[in-house]
Amino acid sequence: MPAFEYAPAPESRSIVDIRSSYGLFINGSFVDSQDGGSRKSINPATEEVLAEVAEAGPADIDAAVRAARAAFEGVWGRMSGANRAKYLYRLARIIQERSRELAVLESIDNGKPIRESRDVDIPLVAAHFFYYAGWADKLAYAGLGRGPQPSGTTPRPIGVAGQIIPWNFPMLMLAWKIAPALATGNTVVLKPAETTPLTALAFAEICQQAELPPGVVNIVTGGGETGRMLVEHPGVDKVAFTGSTEVGRAIARAVAGTRKRLTLELGGKAANIVFDDAPIDQAVEGIVNGIFFNQGHVCCAGSRLLVQESIADELLASLKRRMATLRVGDPLDKNTDIGAINSAAQLEKIRELSAAGEQEGAQRWSPPCELPARGFWFAPTIFTGVSQAHRIAREEIFGPVLSVLTFRTPAEAVEKANNTPYGLSAGIWTEKGSRILAIADKLRAGVVWANTFNRFDPTSPFGGYKESGYGREGGRHGLEAYLA
Amino acid sequence: MTVTARSTTATERVGGADLADLTRSDSALRTFLHGLPGVDQVGAEARAAMLATRSIKTTAKQWAIDLAIRMVDLTTLEGADTPGKVRALCAKARQPDPTDPTCPPVAAVCVYPSMVPVAVEELRGSGIHVASVATAFPSGQAPLDVKLADTRAAVAAGADEVDMVINRGAFLAGRYLQVLEEIVAVKEACGTAHLKVILETGELATYDNVRRASWLAMLAGADFIKTSTGKVSPAATLPVTLVMLEAVRDYRAATGRQVGVKPAGGIRASKDAIRYLVVVNETAGEDWLDPDWFRFGASTLLNDLLMQRMRMITGRYAGPDYVTLD
Amino acid sequence: MPDTEQIRKAASAKDSTKTRSRSAGTAVATEPAAPRLAVRKTYKLFIGGAFPRSESGRSYVVTSATGDFLANAALGSRKDVRDAVRAARAAVAGWSGATAYNRGQVLYRIAEMLEGRRDQFVAEVRAGEGLDRAAAERVVDAAIDRWVWYAGWSDKIAQVYGNANPVAGPYFNLTTPEPTGVVGIVAPNDSSLLGLVSVVAPVVVTGNTAVVLPSVDRPLPAITLAEVLATSDLPAGVINVITGRVAETAPWLASHMDVNGIDLTGAEPELAVELEVAAAENLKRVLRPREEDWWAEPGLDRMLAFLEAKTVWHPKGV
Repeated sequence: MPAFEYAPAPESRSIVDIRSSYGLFINGSFVDSQDGGSRKSINPATEEVLAEVAEAGPADIDAAVRAARAAFEGVWGRMSGANRAKYLYRLARIIQERSRELAVLESIDNGKPIRESRDVDIPLVAAHFFYYAGWADKLAYAGLGRGPQPSGTTPRPIGVAGQIIPWNFPMLMLAWKIAPALATGNTVVLKPAETTPLTALAFAEICQQAELPPGVVNIVTGGGETGRMLVEHPGVDKVAFTGSTEVGRAIARAVAGTRKRLTLELGGKAANIVFDDAPIDQAVEGIVNGIFFNQGHVCCAGSRLLVQESIADELLASLKRRMATLRVGDPLDKNTDIGAINSAAQLEKIRELSAAGEQEGAQRWSPPCELPARGFWFAPTIFTGVSQAHRIAREEIFGPVLSVLTFRTPAEAVEKANNTPYGLSAGIWTEKGSRILAIADKLRAGVVWANTFNRFDPTSPFGGYKESGYGREGGRHGLEAYLA
Repeated sequence: MTVTARSTTATERVGGADLADLTRSDSALRTFLHGLPGVDQVGAEARAAMLATRSIKTTAKQWAIDLAIRMVDLTTLEGADTPGKVRALCAKARQPDPTDPTCPPVAAVCVYPSMVPVAVEELRGSGIHVASVATAFPSGQAPLDVKLADTRAAVAAGADEVDMVINRGAFLAGRYLQVLEEIVAVKEACGTAHLKVILETGELATYDNVRRASWLAMLAGADFIKTSTGKVSPAATLPVTLVMLEAVRDYRAATGRQVGVKPAGGIRASKDAIRYLVVVNETAGEDWLDPDWFRFGASTLLNDLLMQRMRMITGRYAGPDYVTLD
Repeated sequence: MPDTEQIRKAASAKDSTKTRSRSAGTAVATEPAAPRLAVRKTYKLFIGGAFPRSESGRSYVVTSATGDFLANAALGSRKDVRDAVRAARAAVAGWSGATAYNRGQVLYRIAEMLEGRRDQFVAEVRAGEGLDRAAAERVVDAAIDRWVWYAGWSDKIAQVYGNANPVAGPYFNLTTPEPTGVVGIVAPNDSSLLGLVSVVAPVVVTGNTAVVLPSVDRPLPAITLAEVLATSDLPAGVINVITGRVAETAPWLASHMDVNGIDLTGAEPELAVELEVAAAENLKRVLRPREEDWWAEPGLDRMLAFLEAKTVWHPKGV
């Protein structure tokens, strides 16, 4: 019995109003699916059914794309940037006003701790809309667009964007997709992940509250089939996808030979490199944040710890001591650090790869952890004695599992860090500034965090090298994908 | 409280090195202190801020409030202090809430050396400690023999705890050995009294300096390391206390000796006190969740703790009329 | 804005009513329906988030475009300018140290409040510039939209005017824009709201603080703007407004050694030269007056004029 036992500190659920069933959001209204079905969305912490959500079929996709096209040609694509900005400011403001409700809804649907959805996800969502609202009438200054821009002209949007987002940061991924697309003058058809549709549907409501012209944003819920239909629809001019590398490849094949533009934000197996002169206590925080934030359901997670051999024992001892204070449990408890795994399928994947790790000879360790009986849970886990050839060093686990490897010299650290088909992110821990910059130069990764990890900002471009995808989201660079 | 007799022989080791070797010279001490891991300011502050989001409610909050009361060093350090003022403070220390005998007493009363006899008299038999500031508090800018005489006088008058200030000028000028030797001398002058060493973190300015000063004080024999005199702003902060808790944790792991931590100054609300307890809990661990190892240097904090205590018990928000003036 | 016509009419109606009812010999408790007397607004200075009168105690008459009395505005003195600069300097650390996101949020909310006060601004612009209602509304709408446009620049100017530089050596090299500090602004004399907003917003969005000398003939929208600022989240001292005779106050601003930049837009040509010469003493960054079309989309130059560029080098090596 710990001396200081934190009492339950539940965030109230009463603030959200989840309907028993949801239709598709097409052309400004919620409509029933014409030729699709429906599926149930559950709360991964309790396995309770939250709602029945429509599954868009071919006719639905067609209707959504046509609504988006009509809105693009008739209203949005010809609207002044200043007015598009005002709509986006409205969306941002309403998100801020409803922020607590959205955070609770996100935690219930996704399983992530309320502290994260409240303090990280939702504030970033609003910030993304604010940031891109400001670009809508300043595109001529962005330095983008095909060819030199004669003075006074503004680069043009592409048209209709088909956007598919994952389940790990549902509303944040929605913001990353919709905000730049709308700011530049495109209209969108967005498919949220099948296990996390609720905040996207709340966003549809927010579009209504903002009086966004019908058809500018369309939300089509559904699974992999729905996504495939959206990608392949001839009326879509641009495809944006965030998800697994496997699906990303399939999409790249599907748009080959078409005029469809494509950006992909895929998987990762980031190296978090800790040098012997790192600020140790903050490095431990960075490691913990890097792999256990959001239950490790993070494409840019620091899932490989590369620690300089001379300090490995000391660092691991500190890391294990720190991991013992992690609180796994009810996502709606304000003191929870690690919430539920998003689905049974994902839990199975994590278990399978962890078993492989043990079989391959790595040493597995988790702090003592009481996991709830119902729901999908996995204790934070580290594997030591991992080598590059192990599956758990190469394959993305997408769970709270850290693989620990060692290195002797900076060159070896770089070599190991880059020795992967992925290239999304990396971390560097050292007190020496010149080393940070030299190593950052050599890392083949789109985002490098030095003495920090998992920091996001709407002004900061995000995206990968190699099989982690192509294109950037956030910042001035994030406009490029949506301009003709 | 047990007094840990401090050994100055070469049996004490830190990270494999003999203490006597480390303290042989300024450069040996500097090499050791500057070899400690650095503190990233942004990272440390982010960690403290995250711990401050912990939501401590109901039973946990009641437990924390009572513990915080038991950890208060009720303090008056004014030029205008009189025996009457100190007597009133001591009465409050023994019985913080006259209407509720279940309310625990505080840990100690903290006064200037001239007021120590009054406090000793008033607190006799209560178990509440009498802490005295010494060493030309708060500036420490006096000759060493004056500072030692100050200390001896406080102890002779009956103080069983002494709160000293380090020589910040010497520290910032890199004269670490001088700082260490002064602490060692004061510790000797304390006799059996416990020594709290005030780092005055507001003047040290960086977290790296706070870490180094913490280790320096502990190597010199401190029983407690304390953030501030309360006379300089910024005084205690959550991140500074976090760094000091990491230091005492690491020091115990290296030497086996446990040293206490006391944040002082600027802690006015129960909410803040509870946040400090969370930081203790998740950094150094529950061995430090005890008045023997963690104290709050405060004056107005006590009344806020009492009002929160009343609210937890009665369900109603209390007001200043329902708590006593010291 | 006091409706002087209404007040005069109301005053005369009241008098005649009283006479009639007395002679009728009936006990009169109330007057028959007379226009309500307005509670007139007082126009003071805006310094450090507060509204003091001029320390000189002086005021001057502000009339409408057609010569009617509108208000007594404070006649700012050199000491008022001095106090304003002090307030602006005190506000620099906090405002320039705020995140760009925060500055953008503060400025955007100001736009929301300007929108709420639309009618008041329309009335003041009408009276001061002699415009009809529709034209005044267009001016106010444009001013609010101009403010929104600038608010959106706070977290983007660094991306457009800052960048890494590919130097020929193993060095990381980054140029970032930083606000210059305290900027004095001589606001346009004719365009009392749209022009005003167009010179003030670009200065503060990047983190500078400002001492504004509004139009001497049409100062009222500036003080109403100050009322909006005072009730917004803008920290005290970020924008200060000193009404009065620009020819008297501007030289004190231009010669002040703790002012880092000066925008001479509203200064008459001869005065502008005098001010530029005075500004040279501490090498203030100077923006000279020029032909302006306040309706056109502004470029970046009003922001760039008061930005420094800082370039940092750091070696790259293990």
